[in-house]
Amino acid sequence: MIAPLLVVDRLVAGYVRGLPIVHGVSITVAPREVVTVIGPNGAGKSTLLKAIVGLVEVESGRITLSGRDITGQPTHEVVQAGVGFVPQTGNVFTTLTVAENLRAGAHLLHGQGKALLGERMERAYAMFPVLGEKRHERARTLSGGQRQMLAMARAMMTEPALVVLDEPTAGLSPLLVDEVFTRVRGLAAQGVAVLMVEQNAKGALRRSDRAYVLAEGRNRIEGAAESLLDNPEVSAAFLGGHRKALS
Amino acid sequence: MGMLGQAIADGVLTGAVISLGAIGISFTMQIMRFANFAHAELLTWGGYLALVVVGFIGAGLPTAGLSFGLGLLAAAVLAAALTGALAWGVDRLVFQRLRRSGAHHLTLVFASFGIGLVMRHVIVLFWGHGSRFYTSELQIAVEVLPGVRVLPDQVFILAITIAIVVALHLWLRHSRTGIAMRATAESPALAQASGIEVERVIRATWFIGGGLAALSGIFVGLTPQLNPEIGGSLLLALFAAAIRGGIGSLPGAVVGGLLVGLAENVMVLVVSPGYKQSMSFGLLLLVLLLRPQGLFGERREGDR
Repeated sequence: MIAPLLVVDRLVAGYVRGLPIVHGVSITVAPREVVTVIGPNGAGKSTLLKAIVGLVEVESGRITLSGRDITGQPTHEVVQAGVGFVPQTGNVFTTLTVAENLRAGAHLLHGQGKALLGERMERAYAMFPVLGEKRHERARTLSGGQRQMLAMARAMMTEPALVVLDEPTAGLSPLLVDEVFTRVRGLAAQGVAVLMVEQNAKGALRRSDRAYVLAEGRNRIEGAAESLLDNPEVSAAFLGGHRKALS
Repeated sequence: MGMLGQAIADGVLTGAVISLGAIGISFTMQIMRFANFAHAELLTWGGYLALVVVGFIGAGLPTAGLSFGLGLLAAAVLAAALTGALAWGVDRLVFQRLRRSGAHHLTLVFASFGIGLVMRHVIVLFWGHGSRFYTSELQIAVEVLPGVRVLPDQVFILAITIAIVVALHLWLRHSRTGIAMRATAESPALAQASGIEVERVIRATWFIGGGLAALSGIFVGLTPQLNPEIGGSLLLALFAAAIRGGIGSLPGAVVGGLLVGLAENVMVLVVSPGYKQSMSFGLLLLVLLLRPQGLFGERREGDR
């Protein structure tokens, strides 16, 4: 087995100290791997992601990236360490133009030369041509799908080893959902590992390598994404199979 | 016509000085989410810090009809830097601690009242209540239009203010820190997720706000005099300008400042000077009723 990129070990975290939402979750993500976390509302999926990127306080447990301890580090340092984060809501700066959003994402490239910044911007426009067309328009004028593209492009500016996506398909039309998942696979093909939380469990599992099911802030089921698609318990609870609750 | 022209000229000049002071209030309110009532005292401090430097190096030889020379310019630059550092120092001492302890934003507002009082009284302690002047040079007003007279110093102040505002605008648009500042103003969480260190943005905000407040205070001290009340007496005008223009907006603070200056100076032509401030605030209420986010303010999405 390849040495994992991200290791989350028995993580306890929440918004208020003493009232954790995540109760000892352990997950790993290998380089170039697409890992999805699914689970019912309130399972602590979003909180887990925010704790990884330092936006939520960690009470105990350990998070390492390529062996380096990033537990409880301020968010900008987690980003510096090689993690890109796309939150679920407010994922673009609406008052900034598309180009300025990308420049904000490239904040840490400081001191590496203007050429590198230009190169990364052109790469983003090549990857998402619609962003190139709208580069001087404010992000508030973008559609939901375009915002998600911009958010992903922004997170990619620093060439992270891992991109963390919080419900990237939330509120998108079925056609766009498919496009987002294709983009996610595209990131993996470029050598980036992806950790995402999804409500659209079936679509996400089809495009993922491995998956975790969380319930009530704890690990519930884990395994290869395909095997979870066939798992009766998972299919009953998330994939619109038999109406049987995940007890 | 001459009276109206003079009132407009005076209004623009007063407004320019108010604009410089209002920029810091507006940015602080946008980025740190609290109304900093101590900001007005930064004007006073800037004015007195420049006075200290002028005391050492002199105001310089009067040139081109101005009442001062290079000495005061150097003093202004130094005082702006020191006042920026002072604003940041106060943040480190008080506001940053409150932020970290998760204090309610009203707690910060009240703390700023207290800090403002302390800052003003330290000035009184050192320099007393009396008026001070940077120079004793006499200036002759120049008739720029029929019936409209302005002092060369006022023209200079207006020109400098315009240059600063344009430079700041370009910096916010194009520089790395400027973009980081606008990003943080919209969403601190997303800014952090972009690798931006919010505390550094906050430091830049204090240096800019403090520096501009110092220049505003020095300009008030030039036309005509310096006293410990100059900041305090402008407090409401500064807030009116920042709020009317739209919190967090540079053009907003500038236009807001000009409107406050014009309203105060033009209104006195028709109503008794005693109503000067109430007319200005009547106008503020009117703007807010029609456009609650201010003239140039933006409604933020996902602001929760």
